[in-house]
Parts: sequence; structure tokens; C-alpha cells
Amino acid sequence: MIIRTAARRRAAATAATACALAVALTACSGTTKDSAEKDTTNAGTAAKADPNAPLKKGLKLAFLPKQINNPYEKIVDEAGIAAAEEYGATGKEVGPSDASASSQVSYINTLIQQRQDAILIAANDPNAVCGPLKQAMKKDIKVVAYDSDTAKDCRQLFINQASSEEIGRSLVQHLGEQIGYQGKIAILSATQNATNQNTWIEFMKDELKLPKYKNMQLVKVAYGDDADQKSFQQTQGLLQAYPDLKGIISPTTVGIAAAARYLGDSSYKGKVVLNGLGTPNQMRKYVKDGTVEQFSLWNPEELGYLGSYAAAALASGQITGAEGEKFKAGKLGEYTIGKDGEIILGEPTVFNKQNIDKFDF
Amino acid sequence: MGMAPDTQTAPRPPAKAPAARATTAGEFVKSVGLRWDTAVGALLVAVFVVGLGTTDGFASGENLAFAFNDIAEIALIALPMTLLVVAGQVDLSVASMLGLGSALTGALWNAGWAFELIVPVVLLVGVAGGLLNGWLVTRVGLPSLAVTIGTLALYRGLASVALGSDAVTDFPQTYASWAVDTTTIPGTFVTYPIALFITLAVATAVLLHSTAFGRSLFAIGAQEEAAYFAGIRVKRFKLILFVVTGVFSAFAGIVFTLRYGSARADNGLGFEMLVIASVLLGGVDFDGGKGTLFGAVAGVLLIGVLKNLLTLNDVPNEVQVIVTGLLLVASVLTPRVIATVIERRHRRATGAAPES
Repeated sequence: MIIRTAARRRAAATAATACALAVALTACSGTTKDSAEKDTTNAGTAAKADPNAPLKKGLKLAFLPKQINNPYEKIVDEAGIAAAEEYGATGKEVGPSDASASSQVSYINTLIQQRQDAILIAANDPNAVCGPLKQAMKKDIKVVAYDSDTAKDCRQLFINQASSEEIGRSLVQHLGEQIGYQGKIAILSATQNATNQNTWIEFMKDELKLPKYKNMQLVKVAYGDDADQKSFQQTQGLLQAYPDLKGIISPTTVGIAAAARYLGDSSYKGKVVLNGLGTPNQMRKYVKDGTVEQFSLWNPEELGYLGSYAAAALASGQITGAEGEKFKAGKLGEYTIGKDGEIILGEPTVFNKQNIDKFDF
Repeated sequence: MGMAPDTQTAPRPPAKAPAARATTAGEFVKSVGLRWDTAVGALLVAVFVVGLGTTDGFASGENLAFAFNDIAEIALIALPMTLLVVAGQVDLSVASMLGLGSALTGALWNAGWAFELIVPVVLLVGVAGGLLNGWLVTRVGLPSLAVTIGTLALYRGLASVALGSDAVTDFPQTYASWAVDTTTIPGTFVTYPIALFITLAVATAVLLHSTAFGRSLFAIGAQEEAAYFAGIRVKRFKLILFVVTGVFSAFAGIVFTLRYGSARADNGLGFEMLVIASVLLGGVDFDGGKGTLFGAVAGVLLIGVLKNLLTLNDVPNEVQVIVTGLLLVASVLTPRVIATVIERRHRRATGAAPES
């Protein structure tokens, strides 16, 4: 018993000391968020661009996707690797099997050791990959982000699949043409706080304010949470609530496929126009049976192709990543670097009965 | 685990066995030189030599600094984990505690706390987490596997509560550069987290192998009741081990956060398996009572060096996982197969007299 009490007293004393220490430490001027110096080093190279420099032969490019075996990114990477062969370079795809923030870091380091000429990365976390990417740039390895950007000072270029404004506005323009700018329309989105979806929807609403859409009325934005069944039910609900609905825009690949499945088996087939963002393999059936006339998506193959050429242009000294520089991206033509090193792939591709069989993704 | 009576596979002879038997078996093992932890150490050296000879860039100081720093958190947690496993216990909540430490670091930093204050607070949370694990195991009497599966979920959940799905990234350069692999002790490829690990590993080795406390842990792991009746304070010692593991895990959370410059609730997800795999690979017996710290350290380093070497050679991740898995199975299987073989030979030699 005596020992017990003593031990307890000792424990209490330790706790008290720890608390006192903590208080003392706060009193001292510690390193806080406000006092911490901001890292302002810009990794942009000072070298001058030579727009006439030829693409170097034998460049080594490495694609680092968010996760290996992600089917979408596999298409992007394979197209990029194929493009590299076009101009006499070699490309490869390496990456982690889990899409965690830190797993990409080991790969960046090994790519540095392997002395690749350029790293193309779809970042899982914009900041966790920053340290090693900066180290890569210090060793004159070019860094190009695609699909999912890193912090701006950790890469030289970001290949953006399409501008949000372009996506939002073009979907409304296409649907307007299809329904003759007349009638009620609805949007079937993913989750209520999906950033990209909401940005697109804002641009859709803005486009709808133009006078030519004055006879079109957006009656509802429904959320299918990017779950197949919920999207299906939401489509059903929309048509029950608005039997005279003329069109639905679903800017998510899950939503548009579920909506097409519902429409295809219902009496609304051919009467309600469905448009949005989908993949050809998912939508082929519905395009062929007439449920859907057209839908859009950026072409992931072109995304990889452009990324590959941009990385080569950087590594060959044609560009440095500064705004306004131009380079040629093979069959895609000339591109200009925008603000913050961003390059926009272009308008989304429209898929319809005529061209859908040319795509396999 | 520790509660289980002695298993038939243990080469340690039963108390009643004649002394002569033990010596012959022991001599046999010695003559063949089959100690698993030595084997893992040799394998580590072999992998290293192969790397030097075959792989461009492997031997560069930069790469070695990175390869070792990349396993800093796992190595740090593996130290107290070795002690736990030797004592017949296990803690599966370590990676969640790492995540909680990381998330808390981020949340408090966002709230404007001084980093110098955040560190002790996070360590105290590690103490609290360890106390909860230890209390449930020693006072309530639940098996550590079950308890820590529960706290694995609990601590990860708390991490999500603390920081949500945010990522906090703007940590002070002075501290962040302490943990990254580009800052090394001048003239070497040893990073500061690894230097700390080496120091702690030496201390832990001394503690486990040359003190009464260490011997008590082996006794607890081998036969808990016998240890208790021999006057060892079984519950007290176990509680201490869980607390130490909690603190190390929380500290690993701070190292992780600084190393990646990113505090997230999902940091270190699944690391508990890597830690336990490393310890088992090093020949520490999951049934308790056997193993060396040298083996565990060799296990951690082997996993780290092998991963680095395979990645440098563009071996796909799936294959890497298979290699690690096979090594693990071998590490569990080989000592047992050897023990069985020895026992069979021995029985044949002594005329297959039935035990006891």
C-alpha cells in the first residue's frame, strides 16, 4: 500500500512537471504558424528558352500515376509513352499500388537516382510530393504534372485536361442545340460538395443567363453521389417530378451511365435528351441504340500525348515553363503556356454515333 | 500468445528433460550456424553487396540517405514493438497512433500553437493512447491483439475528427529540414531521424539483452505465469511497454509529418503491418519469449533496402509485395522446420522415447 501511494504521488509529480514545462514553453516565443518563414524559393529555372531547339533524342521520361492499374491513368500514360517513341525517346510508367499521399515519394527518389530526363506526375497530395520534386528540378530533371496538380512551385508545367469554364459552357451549348433552346432541363451531379462538379455547374448556370437560353429553364440539380444506384434513382425521381423535362446534363461518368440506363428502358427514351461527361466504353451501347445522341469528355490519350511532348520540349530547352512560351506537340499542333505554367489540352471531345468506335477507353 | 503454454515447436527443452539432450540439440544448432537473426543479417549484407555491384545509383550517399530515411518511422516503432512481441504481446494500433500524432500536429499548428508546445502535447497523447491499450490488457485482462484492433480503429477515427479531410502543409523550415533526407549529419549519409533511431536502437538492445528488465520480458513471453510466480511484475512491465510504444508511435507521427511536410489523418495507413512484418522477419517469435533486437533491426533494414533496390530496378510493386511476403513466410517457417528436424533426429538417436 505504501509503495502504491508513493508511486501515485510520483506519477502526479511527473504530470505536474510536464504541465509546468508546457506552460513555460508557451510563454517563450515559440515557432508558430504566424512566425514561420514562408518558403519563397521559386524553382523556375533561369535558363533561357530556345524555341528553335530540336527535340533531343534518347530522352528518358517516367510517368508516375496516382496509382498503378488505374484504368484512366493507364490510358494517359500509355499514350504518353507511345508519343515518346514517336520522337525517339523512351517512356515508362512506374507507381505505387495504393493512392496514398506518401507512397509516390519513394518513386520520385528512385527516378532521380535513375537520372530520368523528365518526371510526369499525377499527384496524390499536392504538397507531400513537393520536397523530392524540388530536388529533382535542382538536378535538372523536368517535372510536369498532369491530371492532378502539385503545388505550383514544385513543377514546371501542369497539363490541365480542359478548362472548367469550357466544360460547363460547352455542355449547355450542346444541350441547347439538341432541344432547340426550349423547355425544362435538370442537372445530375455527383456529390453536393464535389469541387470540380460545382465549378462546372456554376459555369453552366452562367451560360444559361445568356438571352438565347431564355426559353430554357433549369428546374433542379440532383445529386447521385457518383453511386450507380443512387444516380439511377435520382434520374427516375427527376422524371416523375417533371414529366415534361426536355434534357438532363450529367457532368459525371457515373451519373451519365446510370441515367442512360434508366432512360434506355423507359418510355422517355428518345424524348428526353441526355448529355454530359462519359467514357466511350460505358456509353457505346446507349449511343448505338439511340438513347443518347452525344456526350463529351477530354481525350485521355491526347492528355498523355501532350504531356509527353511538353516534357520533351522542356528537357530539350525549347521552353522553360514561363507564361507565353510556345511549343509544338506533334499532331496536336502548337500550344502556349498559360498563367502559372498551365497548359490547357483544349475543348472536350464530343462523342457520337459517327466517331465512337474510334475510341476505346 | 504469452498466455499459451509452451508449444511443441520451441527448441527450449522442457524443464524435466535431461540436461544431456539440451546440449546435443544446442550443439547441433551451433554447428550448423542456423540462427535466423544472423541469417537475416547476412541476407541484408548480401542484398547490399548485390545492390552495389549491379545497380547504378544505389550506392550514392543520396540514395542511401533516402532509402534509410524512408523507413525511419517504421524503424522507430519497431524498437518498442520488438519488446512487446518478446513479452508475448502485440500492438496493432501503432500506425493509427502515428496518424493521430500527425493529424494533431496539423490541427494544433493550424490553431496557432507553437511547434515547441505541440511536440510535448502530441507525445502526451501517445502516453494516453498507450495507457489505454495497457490498461485494457493488464487491468481488464483482454488479449492485446483484440484490444489493439479496437484502438487501431479508434485512434484513426480520432485522427479524422482532429483534422477531417484537410491536409496541413506549412510547417516551419527549421524543423522540417531536420527530418528530410537531404539534411544529413555532415560527411555521412545518416539523416537525423536515422541517427536518432541508431541511438535508441543501441539503448533498446542494452535494455533487452543486458538488464533484469529485459530478461523479465523474455520470461513473461515464455511463460507468463511462471514469470509472475518468480516475482516479476508482469502487469506493470506490460503497461510500461504499451506506454512506450504509444509515445514512439506518436513521435513517429511528428517525424512523418515533418518528413513529408503534410499532416493528414490518413498518414501511415497500414504501417502497423510493415512494423510487425519487420519484427517477425528479424526472427522475433510471435509466441513471445524469443528473439533479438539485432534481428528486428536487420529485418527493418532488409525490407527498406530491398524495396529501394527493387524500385531502382523498375520491379513492379506487385512483385515487391510478393517478395516481402515470401520472406515473411520463410522467416516464420524456417526456424520451426529446423526445430522439428532437430527434434526428429534427436528422437531417432535416443530411441524415440515418448516425452514425459
